[in-house]
Amino acid sequence: MSKRSSWALPYFIFLVLFVVLPLLLIVFYALTDGNGHFTLANITRFFSDGDSLSTFALSIEVAIENTLLCILIGYPTAWILANKDYNRSAVTVVLFILPMWVNALMRTLATAELFTMAGVTLGKGTLLFGMCYDYLPFMIYPIYNVLNKMDVSYSEAAQDLGAKPSEVFRKVTLPLSMPGVLSGVMMVFMPTVSTFAISEFLTNNKIKLFGTIIQENINNSMWNYGAALSLIMLVIIAITTMLQKDNSEQLEGGTI
Amino acid sequence: MNAKKVLAKTYIGLVLVILYAPIVFIAIFSFTEAKSLGNWTGFSIDLYRNLFTGSMQNSAGLLSALENTLLIALIASVVATFLGTVAAIGIFNLKGAKKNTMNFLNNIPMINPDIITGVSLFLLFVFLHISQGYVTVILAHITFCTPYVVLNVLPKLSQMNPNIYEAALDLGATPSQALRKVLIPVLRPGMVSGFILSFTMSLDDFAVTFFTRGTIGLETLSTYIYADARKGGLTPELKPLMTIIFLFILMVLLFINIRQSKNTEKK
Repeated sequence: MSKRSSWALPYFIFLVLFVVLPLLLIVFYALTDGNGHFTLANITRFFSDGDSLSTFALSIEVAIENTLLCILIGYPTAWILANKDYNRSAVTVVLFILPMWVNALMRTLATAELFTMAGVTLGKGTLLFGMCYDYLPFMIYPIYNVLNKMDVSYSEAAQDLGAKPSEVFRKVTLPLSMPGVLSGVMMVFMPTVSTFAISEFLTNNKIKLFGTIIQENINNSMWNYGAALSLIMLVIIAITTMLQKDNSEQLEGGTI
Repeated sequence: MNAKKVLAKTYIGLVLVILYAPIVFIAIFSFTEAKSLGNWTGFSIDLYRNLFTGSMQNSAGLLSALENTLLIALIASVVATFLGTVAAIGIFNLKGAKKNTMNFLNNIPMINPDIITGVSLFLLFVFLHISQGYVTVILAHITFCTPYVVLNVLPKLSQMNPNIYEAALDLGATPSQALRKVLIPVLRPGMVSGFILSFTMSLDDFAVTFFTRGTIGLETLSTYIYADARKGGLTPELKPLMTIIFLFILMVLLFINIRQSKNTEKK
């Protein structure tokens, strides 16, 4: 089988061409002007542009709130689904993932329409609810996966050694499920910052998120500034990914 | 204990109700003629009839969007499944730094939000002066689908007993026979779930398609809905179409799950 290692080569070439090179091009376009000359103007423009900065701050705020909301609703859901006393059927789990198969834009439009019918004004509240609704399955699933695979003998041992149920949860179940929560956070946080279309539909174009400005710049042929905004997102992604890696390694080292 | 159980079930039920409210809403309003989503003008199956007979205002637009969506998803997920399976076999046999590099690169498209994948590929095609359309959208979809195939096939390789493959060779199978008759059957479940995942992600994609479809007027369901909603009025036939798609997927998933749980019971 060892000769088969060369089978990775086509995919390696594919990844370099369609993943690495495009990301380098974001850096290239972000750091050049329209004529391809090096400049930092695109980056400095972002930091001196009040509109972009406030949209960015708002996006981060909405993303943090949405992530917390998803954990708040999603963790108990995942916990109940993974608990053999309450749920034994895999079909129930599938029911939580199923809405993702309906076109996200269509679902979002229907959500916005439901709010309008209920007499709720479209704004930040509806944005948060709608976002949470869109991303909740991405939080539930990784947490459920970790909880479901968790060895029950850990919590049983804690119980036998005299821990109260709340202590078992706080000191055993919760720490052991952290990798699931972290991957859920990864799957909810950055996508929320970068959504466009969804935020426009849910607020009737009143609230723009960071993704919308990137899209507007790219679509209006301001590629260099659009690339600079994308680069800023890339930097944040890199930082959060590294933080997550450190955390999960620490957790693994600490518990096993 | 019983009270706790009731509480748990109620909670799950409540979350499900909220989660499904918009979908049920679409389904209900697919049975009325009204143009806008929340408008009930009496029961009617006209929208379904329009959809099937193609007698709606811009039926050509909607149907070609549906066709494009399915075609792109099918091609992208078939290619992704092939590329990803070959890659997984290769990565499994790599060691050390090479293996880590491949795993790292494979993770990037999964970590990147759609918009970054979309913008970066858009810049690639602009930079290389490749005119954008079907081909670029399919290439972009392969890019974000393949990592999930790799991720689904790799565990099957590590679960496999390597001796079986060696035994096949010792018993006189050619490497290609051993591949077809030993390796592929072991990998098949991973390939199938990778394929299904790819297909559904491709179907649902909006942002990546939006940036890589160019200006030739290529529409998928997502971009069609987006353009429609921006114009102010959704094509009413979208409601029955979405309802049908949802029911179809619901049945497929329930079927797969019931079969799976029967299989595990047997074992």
